[in-house]
Amino acid sequence: MNETSEVFASQETLASCYRRVGVMSLIILLVFCVLGFRLWQLQIVDGNHLRILSEKNRLRLKRLQPMRGLMHDRTGRVAVDNRPSFDVVVVPEDVQEVPLLLHTLAQYLPDAKGLWKGNLPRNPRRPPYEGIVVARDVSWQTLVAIEAHQMGLPGVSVEVSSKRYYPAESVAAHLLGHVGEVNNTEMEQFAGYRLGDLVGKVGLEKAWEEALRGHSGGQQIEVDASGRKLRVLDEVQAQPGRNLVLTLDLELQEKAERALEEVEGALVVLSVHTGEVLVMVNRPAFNPNLFARGIRRSEWNQLLENPLRPLTNRVIQGQYPPGSTFKPIMAAAALEEGVITLETQFRCQGGLPFGGRVFRCWKRSGHGRLDLKQALAQSCDVYFYQIGQRLGIQKIAEYARRFGLGQDIHIALGPAASGTIPDAIWKRDRFGTPWYAGETLSVVIGQGYVTATPLQMAVAIAAIANGGTVYRPVFVKQVIGADKTPIHTYPPEVVTQVDIRAENLQAVREGMWEVVHGRAGTGTKARIMDIEVAGKTGTAQVISGARGSEDDVPRRHRDHAWFVAFAPASDPEVVIVCLIEHAGKGGGKVAAPVVRTVLEAYFRLTRNSGEESNGIRQAAHRAF
Amino acid sequence: MGFDRRLIEHFDWMLFFLTAGLLSIGILGIYSATYEGTGYSSPWVTRQIVWVTVGLGGMALAFGIDYRHFEQWAYVLYGAALCLLILVPLVGSFGGGARRWIHLGPFSLQPAEFMKIGLLLVSARFFNRYVPTEGYGIREILIPALFVALPAGLILLQPNLGTAVILGLLFLTLTFVSGLRLRSLAMLGLIGSGILPFAWARLEPYQRQRMTSFLHPDLDPLGAGYHMIQAKVTVGSGMLWGKGFLLGTQNRLNFLPEKHTDFVFAVLAEEWGFVGTTGLLLLYGMLLARLLVIALRARERFGLLIAVGVAGMVFWQLIINIGMNVGILPVVGVPLPLLSYGGSSLLTMMLALGLALNVSTRRFLF
Repeated sequence: MNETSEVFASQETLASCYRRVGVMSLIILLVFCVLGFRLWQLQIVDGNHLRILSEKNRLRLKRLQPMRGLMHDRTGRVAVDNRPSFDVVVVPEDVQEVPLLLHTLAQYLPDAKGLWKGNLPRNPRRPPYEGIVVARDVSWQTLVAIEAHQMGLPGVSVEVSSKRYYPAESVAAHLLGHVGEVNNTEMEQFAGYRLGDLVGKVGLEKAWEEALRGHSGGQQIEVDASGRKLRVLDEVQAQPGRNLVLTLDLELQEKAERALEEVEGALVVLSVHTGEVLVMVNRPAFNPNLFARGIRRSEWNQLLENPLRPLTNRVIQGQYPPGSTFKPIMAAAALEEGVITLETQFRCQGGLPFGGRVFRCWKRSGHGRLDLKQALAQSCDVYFYQIGQRLGIQKIAEYARRFGLGQDIHIALGPAASGTIPDAIWKRDRFGTPWYAGETLSVVIGQGYVTATPLQMAVAIAAIANGGTVYRPVFVKQVIGADKTPIHTYPPEVVTQVDIRAENLQAVREGMWEVVHGRAGTGTKARIMDIEVAGKTGTAQVISGARGSEDDVPRRHRDHAWFVAFAPASDPEVVIVCLIEHAGKGGGKVAAPVVRTVLEAYFRLTRNSGEESNGIRQAAHRAF
Repeated sequence: MGFDRRLIEHFDWMLFFLTAGLLSIGILGIYSATYEGTGYSSPWVTRQIVWVTVGLGGMALAFGIDYRHFEQWAYVLYGAALCLLILVPLVGSFGGGARRWIHLGPFSLQPAEFMKIGLLLVSARFFNRYVPTEGYGIREILIPALFVALPAGLILLQPNLGTAVILGLLFLTLTFVSGLRLRSLAMLGLIGSGILPFAWARLEPYQRQRMTSFLHPDLDPLGAGYHMIQAKVTVGSGMLWGKGFLLGTQNRLNFLPEKHTDFVFAVLAEEWGFVGTTGLLLLYGMLLARLLVIALRARERFGLLIAVGVAGMVFWQLIINIGMNVGILPVVGVPLPLLSYGGSSLLTMMLALGLALNVSTRRFLF
């Protein structure tokens, strides 16, 4: 009985399915009628017209390249610009005999000879109606010659394109970056690029590619049999890329570059209360215009093989032992942990015996008795060895990390190095050996395994100067449209608070003031007129053993010189970090004068120039 | 298991010959599309023939095993297809801005295609075993909707809009025939149109570009606007009788990078004209009619749903592809069933037709 009812039920549901299949058949029939009607319309009604179009094959689609967005500095000065460039283009489909044409063309283009060994490059992804650029940025004479011989050069045309131009040449080259032709990997990664398109390769040009690029438009054009344009049937305008207003102060940057002209090193200026990067100098540098016009292999090799690594952005990628510039952070940690007070004194006799050896102070004759502020001012290593012993490596590492050291702080300028803040776990993972107490003494004076980038040091010192806020360094204030309408404004971005009592940071700031203005300070060369400066010198050993200062020590073994500073000391606006690679002399001798020059320039620009002459800079600075 | 003579007596020769006929036309179209005037056939033709051979093997397999076993194995097969799909972002290779393929030697597989079979089997099983007397409401199809949502989501991420859409339509077809209440269908329509603006916002810019306009120079990598115009010119210029085999002039233009796959219909339309295209539509019409007849003759629900599902797969791919070729639907990469070049899609379609043959031939068992 059960079976019958089941069969009955299944018969019933099958019947309803049959009805639905019937409906489906009707829908299919209807759709087939629509398709049939459409085919009749296209092939019979419009057939003649479309046949003619197909025979003449007159339709072409031409891409209209968008104008890449510009970059302005914070005062509105143009830092990255575009200029017109005349390119010679060959449309392969319109050329009957490519080798012959290239031969003729070579008479006008001496450079193009043998470029493709008598043939055009083949790329299956490029439609043959699309032109191939055979020579970029040709001279005026070449342009005239080719225009004059148009009839003898079927398929050849001259197109105006826009070329990237860096008016300040090598100034801020690493920050601004440069463009180059898109490669295959990039084309697979991002949609919408074609061979020959320009794409940001490094720096801000790369990091802000999306905003700068714009959207290409197109023209539907009618052409004659030999590919010459007859008329435009329809057009979609290209949308220019967006412009960037940078935090960069180009004038200050130029002054800073000049101050570092003779050396290898890095300098960065940050706004203390926003994390804005005002200046980013890397030395040696290169001229990005070489890349904009298409760099030659020999030039490229020269840049690559230069032992001084001109392509490296040392500010964000160079990892150096911070040396004594690490001490302010350690001083703050020691006060906060209560292992010392402001009154605690230690005696420096030129070294501290520990674990069977003597850890030396840089001053062999010793500093005598001193307190924390004097220890900062005179950069006494022994005082900090004492601190290090009391803090222990875990606390040292914990505090250093609170200041943003030893980690990638994710800046919008491509990959930044994270530096190293070692601790016992790090060492076990890295070397498989336990941590030795003696190593703690190296770490507390910024030596041993400790490394940091100049930018990280700037962020950390800024946190001391501003009362404990770690800001993410930013490079772009605002994205604006091609018509100058603001699109997006970037507010300061707080990474973390260091969570150290205000009076302790204040004490460290006072110690740093002593460095510059104290009687025995190591950074007195950073003093400027009228405005008080706080700072810290650093001399980072490259190899252990004797400090390499004499001229007979090979360059690569000489010490790095650091100077970190903020000013005005009582109400800080900017922090400056200067690193000179393999200077062979102390930070107070070589780096402090550079910082002084930059600070002088900064205050001359912000304090003395009339408001009406430079409104934006003033306006920008009032925001500090 | 002894061989049943009735398998030969009842073999559905009509379905088989329709399939074979369409496959031959496809090879002809690919030959034209990739012909370079040298007199030699292109590697695409050779590869398509290899795939047809593989497909015939797959068809024999899908035909040979009693289809009710597939009902038992539905979840396993679906799971296998899903695993392949999950593998794609991990080991898949990149091409044209999407990660869709898994390379196996000289051939590459597109697991999204095989998912169609997996979805067909699990949905047919579900709707066969769970039959509420009142018909299906939205609540009743929530669980099977997950069968489609999961793979469709993965496929959208690749991104591959076309295949995801086909999966959705296939599922909808099956629920409709299984007895989705009309009120629920209307509700689904309402919900769908509510979601549409959000879905639109989530689309890749190039996908949106393809949908909106006919003059689209370039935001999308294939230059869809241009292709659309040229596809229309190509189809239309065939006129009544066509330009003749290998005589298509538009074809020579290389206006499409995908002319042996997504635009093979346009190539055929140019060379064979209105006569050819209506003939082709007629063949497809007969194929669909045959599949629906198989559905109506099936005397149990699972077989009926399999046949309906295969018909749905053919139908939806057909109209989306031809609609795009004649410029009435946006450019979405969906292959023309049995005609377009493409190993995975061809193999999938032949497996599906093998299942339909299976249902047709074994109906005497009831």
